[in-house]
Amino acid sequence: MKIPRLTFWRAVFLVVVALGLYSTYVRFMHGLGASTHLSDRTPWGLWIGFDVLCGVGLAAGGFTMTAMVYLFNLKQYYHLTRAAILTAFLGYIMVTVALLFDLGRPLRLWHPLVMGNPHSIMFEVALCVTFYSTVLAIEFAPCVLEPFGWKRLCAIIDKIKVPLVLFGVLLSMLHQSSLGSLYLIVPGKLHPLWYTSPWLPVLFFLSAVMVGLAMVIVESFWSGRALGHKPDMKALAPLGRIMLVVLAIYALTLLQIRWSRETLGLIAAGTEESYLFLLEIACGILIPGILLAMPRVRLQPRGLFTAAVLVVLGFVLNRMNVSVTGMAAISGEKYFPAWTEISITLMLVAIGCLLFNLAARYLAVFPHHGPAAPRVPARADAAVPEYMAAERS
Amino acid sequence: MSYGMLFDVTRCVGCLACEAACDEANGNHPPEDVRDLRYDKWTVVRTVEVDGEEKHVRRMCMHCQDPSCVSVCPVGAFKKTELGPVIYDENRCMGCRYCMMACPYNVPTYEWDNPTTPRVRKCIMCYERVKAGEPTACAAACPAEATVFGKREDLLAEAHKRIAENPELYYPHVFGEHEAGGSSVLFLADKNFAALGLPGNLPEGPLPELTGQVLHRLPNVVVTAGAALMGLWWIIHRRQELAASPEKK
Ligand code: SF4
Ligand code: SF4
Repeated sequence: MKIPRLTFWRAVFLVVVALGLYSTYVRFMHGLGASTHLSDRTPWGLWIGFDVLCGVGLAAGGFTMTAMVYLFNLKQYYHLTRAAILTAFLGYIMVTVALLFDLGRPLRLWHPLVMGNPHSIMFEVALCVTFYSTVLAIEFAPCVLEPFGWKRLCAIIDKIKVPLVLFGVLLSMLHQSSLGSLYLIVPGKLHPLWYTSPWLPVLFFLSAVMVGLAMVIVESFWSGRALGHKPDMKALAPLGRIMLVVLAIYALTLLQIRWSRETLGLIAAGTEESYLFLLEIACGILIPGILLAMPRVRLQPRGLFTAAVLVVLGFVLNRMNVSVTGMAAISGEKYFPAWTEISITLMLVAIGCLLFNLAARYLAVFPHHGPAAPRVPARADAAVPEYMAAERS
Repeated sequence: MSYGMLFDVTRCVGCLACEAACDEANGNHPPEDVRDLRYDKWTVVRTVEVDGEEKHVRRMCMHCQDPSCVSVCPVGAFKKTELGPVIYDENRCMGCRYCMMACPYNVPTYEWDNPTTPRVRKCIMCYERVKAGEPTACAAACPAEATVFGKREDLLAEAHKRIAENPELYYPHVFGEHEAGGSSVLFLADKNFAALGLPGNLPEGPLPELTGQVLHRLPNVVVTAGAALMGLWWIIHRRQELAASPEKK
């Protein structure tokens, strides 16, 4: 057996996982009190804010891409869907594992499924996430089945693809927006720069679509570098334009809400919240918006990549603002995650990246890579040449 | 029939008898230096200085009429009982702590240092005693009648009567009559409630309605979005079929 060479990144990975495992031990042997900086005043911290809120959002590429390809028939993006589904699938697994860390009684994760309270947004989210993870597992299955030549099963999945995708898209619309609705009940606690009833769910949904597209671009570049193939700018640049449109809609909605609520003044108030809000807007909307609006930048790999990364960062900042910063003033406590909290989050991210890498190498995720991808064309991609030919004639 | 408590800041002498009675009635043994709500401390008497005067203000679960904690719990661990108390079932709770996040008064607390079976803890308005027709332990212990127990409507009437009889003493507002949809626990004071540390920015309506108005629309949204997406798919699909087979045109 060949022992893998210890590169810099592998060393980082090992350190992160080792620290994460130690923190896992602290979390489960000594409890949340010993392993986190959570308190009665700050009951939700990094794990809910980043692992859950951002994790679900960053996985939104799965439903946006499948909707575009299978429902709107934009076949030119077909080759991006599998990577997007993989990211989404891994994202939801990470979210679930993070919940096992965060719940006081993780073994009761299933309780909402049997004793649900229909008035609770959290219950609705739990149901949607459970169903959607199942949908993602089925959507992802061909990537695993194809290399093993299980064509029959793939054909069955292919047959139900359209209703399956539709179901997944509806579930995603529901829970992506509902993560915002979670905060509707705290008008007195969430800072007015982020609290907007009843618009929070709309903003959460729009920003999820936006960041989903951004993630597809980012991961195309990363996997391209890792696997040694060039990013397909022919598909990614138009994706950048769609992202720009969603960005504009999001920005307009936000502006309209701020305007009508006369909270525009709060933005210029010079408080810590106002700076973070401005940073979020500049990093996540303004700068990437300007970059994407310039064809010169958008059509160029580096420009597109930069804009997409900025959108992702702005999104993460937004979710952290809603879940942590925006709630801090009223709680009267400054929360900063404990190193054990951070190390567990880092460990989950690292393992997610590793799994993505392994899947990209050994499963049929990328058309120009992996063992069997081009060999067994599913019905959808079989339609590509035909359709394109028809378009041209 | 719904019971409640009326706490009158002007009568409280700060003797902490209610705290001791609460600890005892619920089997809690908090260290003496615990001065805020905690898993083993379900009520505290805080001392605040307003306009140079020392005021004693109790802090405890308000037992809201339409409680946030009840509405947000994904597993229905909280319940508003007919008698008034909001109670908790530890056998359902999975420890997501949404109740703590959602409570407008920051009341529920958590057993953070219990690694295996942590519970949410808060005042349950002596549910067993109330069921048996007795007043709450804190009200029974109060030597100054600052905390009194009774039917909510009687307490409301009493509160308004005290304000009417003594308008120059009281701040003209019964806290808990309308705040966030009202609560079983009511407060009277001679100072602005926000200055006494009670939340001053709560809307009048029940908070769960803010979620409800979105939740009620969801079935419509899902059906409409589903139909729209199906329609789009069908139109696009059909056009491509036609384009692919020109002879059928
Ligand atoms: S004060 Fe908080 S814990 Fe008590 S009933 Fe109201 S929402 Fe629930
Ligand atoms: S912590 Fe327990 S009681 Fe509170 S919302 Fe979650 S499941 Fe319900």
